[in-house]
Amino acid sequence: MQEITMAATEIARQAGEGARAVPLSGHVGFDSMPDQLVNKSVNHGFCFNILCVGETGLGKSTLMDTLFNTKFEGEPTQHNQPGVQLKSNTYELQESNVRLKLTVVNTVGFGDQINKEDSYKSIVEFIDAQFEAYLQEELKIKRTLHSYHDTRIHACLYFIAPTGHSLKSLDLVTMKKLDSKVNIVPIVAKSDAISKSELAKFKIKITSELVSNGVQIYQFPTDDETVAEINSTMNGHLPFAVVGSTEEVKIGNKMVRARQYPWGTVQVENENHCDFVKLREMLIRVNMEDLREQTHTRHYELYRRCKLEEMGFKDTDPDSKPFSLQETYEAKRNEFMGELQKKEEEMRQMFVQRVKEKEAELKEAEKELHEKFDRLKKLHQDEKKKLEDKKKSLDDELNSFKQKKTAAELLQAQTQQAGSSSTLKKDKERKN
Amino acid sequence: MADVGKTPVARNEKTNNDFGYVGIDAILEQMRRKAMKQGFEFNIMVVGQSGLGKSTLMNTLFKSKVSRRSLMKTEEERIPKTIEIKSISHDIEEKGVRMKLTVIDTPGFGDQINNENCWQPIMKFINAQYEQYLQEEINIERKKRIPDSRVHCCIYFIPPTGHCLRPIDIEFMRHLSKVVNIVPVIAKADTLTLEERDFFKQKIREDLRANEIDIYPQKEFDEDAEDRIINEKIREMIPFAVVGSDQEYQVNGKRLLGRKTRWGTVEVENTAHCEFAYLRDLLIRTHMQNIKDITSSIHYEMYRVRRLNENNTHPNGQQAINANGVPEHEVLSHEM
Repeated sequence: MQEITMAATEIARQAGEGARAVPLSGHVGFDSMPDQLVNKSVNHGFCFNILCVGETGLGKSTLMDTLFNTKFEGEPTQHNQPGVQLKSNTYELQESNVRLKLTVVNTVGFGDQINKEDSYKSIVEFIDAQFEAYLQEELKIKRTLHSYHDTRIHACLYFIAPTGHSLKSLDLVTMKKLDSKVNIVPIVAKSDAISKSELAKFKIKITSELVSNGVQIYQFPTDDETVAEINSTMNGHLPFAVVGSTEEVKIGNKMVRARQYPWGTVQVENENHCDFVKLREMLIRVNMEDLREQTHTRHYELYRRCKLEEMGFKDTDPDSKPFSLQETYEAKRNEFMGELQKKEEEMRQMFVQRVKEKEAELKEAEKELHEKFDRLKKLHQDEKKKLEDKKKSLDDELNSFKQKKTAAELLQAQTQQAGSSSTLKKDKERKN
Repeated sequence: MADVGKTPVARNEKTNNDFGYVGIDAILEQMRRKAMKQGFEFNIMVVGQSGLGKSTLMNTLFKSKVSRRSLMKTEEERIPKTIEIKSISHDIEEKGVRMKLTVIDTPGFGDQINNENCWQPIMKFINAQYEQYLQEEINIERKKRIPDSRVHCCIYFIPPTGHCLRPIDIEFMRHLSKVVNIVPVIAKADTLTLEERDFFKQKIREDLRANEIDIYPQKEFDEDAEDRIINEKIREMIPFAVVGSDQEYQVNGKRLLGRKTRWGTVEVENTAHCEFAYLRDLLIRTHMQNIKDITSSIHYEMYRVRRLNENNTHPNGQQAINANGVPEHEVLSHEM
């Protein structure tokens, strides 16, 4: 039996731990690694999930259509929803060789209720549900993480109504609840309703309100030199004032997406008119990957940590962590299954009980019906008997009547004979 | 969820203001940027008897002194009495791409008189790396990037006997191919003529098939038809007959890596002479990411499933507990 000399391994490892930089004397070829990685991702496809939060009628669906240059399905929602619901739709988009599975989640009925205290709850629940699904997959014993369809929300576009004054309290409350769970990108919707000067003031007011209320919105990352500059400039333009439109208008000799008014045309892709181009640039062309990474490494990790601590695990001292997590998890699951079974039993008992009761009821009813039937039968028989008796007596009467009739007829006949003979006698006597 | 396939107008020119261009494919560039910033890790293990040119091959592959031998200049060359496992890390960079390369050497393998179970310490080491990664992964407070010390690829050196695989080769590869990607190579192939080489390769492939040893690239992990075609070509060449050298010689006016003998110079990177170039291309230029993926999504996951299941089948009381409270990792049946 050969033994591993752990000491030697440790020493050798430590020597390399502060890994030495080694110069290469020729072309090795691992500079193709980024390409290999990108190729693998292209084969796999990407997924991106956007959540649109905002009152009904702020142009959420139109903006999505404009951003992704596609007509996504959907009818404009009515304003009479009883609560806030989240509707999500998944689309497969492709551009050159990149396949994107885009999921757009809309908040239906947000801001329409009279009492909006609980509006944010269904949104938070939805976001948590996606984290939970991922966590469950990650904790499974046999798992398929690499082919798992990630439904966690990568970006939350918060639509602010273009009042021009300040944020509504509903907005503040909702954003505060969401800022630790998702990357929030606030945007001013339908910004063609505000003039340029009002817009500048509005943006400043919004930013200061967010800061004073401690709302953490998503900051475009400035640690990579290639994009640091553009990102930091864009951070200063938040919130983006956007206009969405899927209608095309001819300007000059080109067809552009715009909204036509009697007093002029708002061009969606004109940077002087609105910040749509900036939004598209930041959201899709520059920071999509960062949004996904932040969701995974920050928001999801936070959720996971809280959830696991809630379930009763902790990293104790470094020596005794390991499987207590899995064990306790299994134990809890068994406990839960046990409870489930108990409930199932209870429900079954109740069901059996109910069935018995119903059976008894039905039996009663049956009995009653039988009795009724018997009574009716008896009644019928009595009636029948009466009728028969009556018939009999009628028959008797008829018979006696007949007898009397024949007797009477006989008598009459006799009387006639006697009469005729007496008339004959009388005639004879007259003749004489 | 409504799945609707819609295709926006795809344009060839990627001008930013092009009507209809959304910019989804910019994510490739974003990914590339992120990868360059983070750098890559690669852990490669070399296994074989001493004297087969393992260290030289590593140096040749990575064009620098990465092997253990190069580090210890004053230590005498000795064959260790037991198998040691020595791992050394290097930071290398090429065209802006940074890589942390770890070379794991196994001096003493196959050098004893009695080599029974020589594969066990190596198997233990590989499983220990999986274990370490698993521990990190199930922490509540996890690191942003879990340091990956899992062995991605194990190069097994077959001595150029020219006949067939020896029992120790078969034993080793049979056990280890279940937990790590194995790439067998014929070492010091300049001692075989081309015909001997082909015959040897054929025999080796037969032996591998007969013992159901699945070497990299494994047939069952081919993803699609394209993959299969590429990988079939590779499988037809395995094991690669390699020659290593870190010395340059003048050949036809060029300075090339090679081995100079009285009857000629063996050019390492000449595919007519040996298959080093194919090995390098496979390991580094084309399949490195794939090797890492198979390690993480298949070998590691298998280890994880085994480990998590074994924890559930033993009632707690019966498990031996180490001093630090960790349930003793029972030697699994296949490790025997």
